Amino acid sequence: MAVRIFTLERRKMTIQTFEKEALKKKAVLFRKEILQVTNAAGSGHPGGSLSAVEILIALYDYKMNHKPDDPQWEDRDRLIISKGHVTPVTYVTLANYGYFPKEELKGFRKFDSILQGHVHRKVPGVEFNTGSLGHGLSVVNGIALGAKLQKKSFRSYCVMGDGEIQEGSVWEAAMSAAHFKLDNVCAIVDYNKVQENGPTNEIKNLEPLAEKWRSFGWHAIEVIGHNFDQLIAALDQIDTIKDKPCVIIAHTIKGKGISFMEGERGWHGKAPNDEQLAEALKELE
Amino acid sequence: MSEKMVPTRDGFGKELVEIGKANEKVLVVSADLEDATRAEYFKNEFPQRFFSVGIAEQDMVGTAAGLSLQGFVPFVNSFAVFMTNRAYDMIRIDVCYNDCNVKIICSHAGVTVGPDGATAQCLEDFALMRVLPNLKVVCPVDELEARKATQVFAKEIGPMYMRTSRCAFPVLTKPEDPFVIGKANIMREGKDATIIACGVHVSEGLKAADILAQEGVEVRVVNMHTIKPIDEEMIISCAKETGAIITAEEHQKHGGLGSAVAEVVVKQCPVPMEMVAVDDSFGRSGSPEELLKAYHLKDVDIVESIKKAIKRKTLQSV
Repeated sequence: MAVRIFTLERRKMTIQTFEKEALKKKAVLFRKEILQVTNAAGSGHPGGSLSAVEILIALYDYKMNHKPDDPQWEDRDRLIISKGHVTPVTYVTLANYGYFPKEELKGFRKFDSILQGHVHRKVPGVEFNTGSLGHGLSVVNGIALGAKLQKKSFRSYCVMGDGEIQEGSVWEAAMSAAHFKLDNVCAIVDYNKVQENGPTNEIKNLEPLAEKWRSFGWHAIEVIGHNFDQLIAALDQIDTIKDKPCVIIAHTIKGKGISFMEGERGWHGKAPNDEQLAEALKELE
Repeated sequence: MSEKMVPTRDGFGKELVEIGKANEKVLVVSADLEDATRAEYFKNEFPQRFFSVGIAEQDMVGTAAGLSLQGFVPFVNSFAVFMTNRAYDMIRIDVCYNDCNVKIICSHAGVTVGPDGATAQCLEDFALMRVLPNLKVVCPVDELEARKATQVFAKEIGPMYMRTSRCAFPVLTKPEDPFVIGKANIMREGKDATIIACGVHVSEGLKAADILAQEGVEVRVVNMHTIKPIDEEMIISCAKETGAIITAEEHQKHGGLGSAVAEVVVKQCPVPMEMVAVDDSFGRSGSPEELLKAYHLKDVDIVESIKKAIKRKTLQSV
């Protein structure tokens, strides 16, 4: 990848020369690689990875200030993947933005690889080990509180699953972020409507979801999470919100892009076999 | 006995204020029990570095982990039951697995919590905490040692857990006595058996040693203030030099100090061992003294255990 620094300057340039087609192409590439790495590993979580592709591209390509060559850069925006099982999309994204050689992806979930089954800080670009749901938002609040004390202007993002927010700890953290007026916190809910054992709103209804967040003191924005225009508009909007945290509720499709995976809970935590991979890759052509 | 009596939580609270004056990185994250844990002293002195997340222990621990990522040294505090039981997954993942520099301070452990009864009396914190990788587990014997432990917590990097007391414990140490995590201190010499104890049981052990001295039995008493990493060297030398070990603690007999010592004894230096601890039951209301008696955690109970262990020692050597 030619451009390896994503800063404010770069973002201004991107806004001017923003090409949706390039982002869409990237999304197709990421989807292929998500399927390839899970197929090679023989296990993993493709469903919730495929639903979060555009969210991560919008963050890494457009919104976040970050330097892949300097993952510990102190002014970088922070991102915690609270739905820690979506390592396929996380690692594919980080590799494509230059955090580590793409060659490493072959080791995904293997014994001698840094690419653990759930996100781990050993991987350049990963801020926090997760994998147990409902942890990320409190940690993001802590980082954001620390940033305020240090008068630092970076933002802290938390990507969460929809099933994940059934965890009570999420709402403890939601109350805290509003109480401490953490306008440097942005949560993004990958609302793909399906969790391990079935449709999210049958297992335990989240609705009315945006109202829930608003009643907790958050600024909530609903978007189609596969639409770059909407994602980018929402990410622009959060800059204008003062004294309260923001949540982007991204309506997505679990297994997005692959006809036999879309909306199917079976693909939450199962890798495609060789035949299924070939079929899926053909669909993405 | 005429020792000065002070709760170890007071030692933590006072020392944290002193540390806060010199170290601006030190913060407190609280879950509405700072009055009881004495973190309130810090809050009164440094309100801008004190954060209450309300009654939300999971959020408290996660928030502290986030603050530590920004280079702060957050102290979280609560009753031991709420911290170690309610927020266990956050301690495990956010603090220990992520190796975050979070300091966990818990008061109200053991039956000496007294009248509040079982839900407030933590009898399993050592067991829960010592199985977590990266975490150091400390139980200061008195107020002075709690102050020294608080200093070490603020200075050394890494996850650490401290159990403090609600009840006043006798002050047994002197300001010049060393406190090093993982290095136990001998409080009284003896050759016939060793009491390895922590917290208030060091003073119960000393009383037991006094009783036995009148019968001509010389018992060594060790203050094992660090449950993890346990001082193996001390345990081995006590086993070799005295031939019998009795542990004493206000914790379940499963998984606590007794188990930690037994793990070393069994492997390195098998000698007769007895454990004075809570026998697989919950606590109840009462005064600390009444409860120590009811749960067989008094000096006289230690004396009985020592006699049993010494008898087994004699049998083995025949």
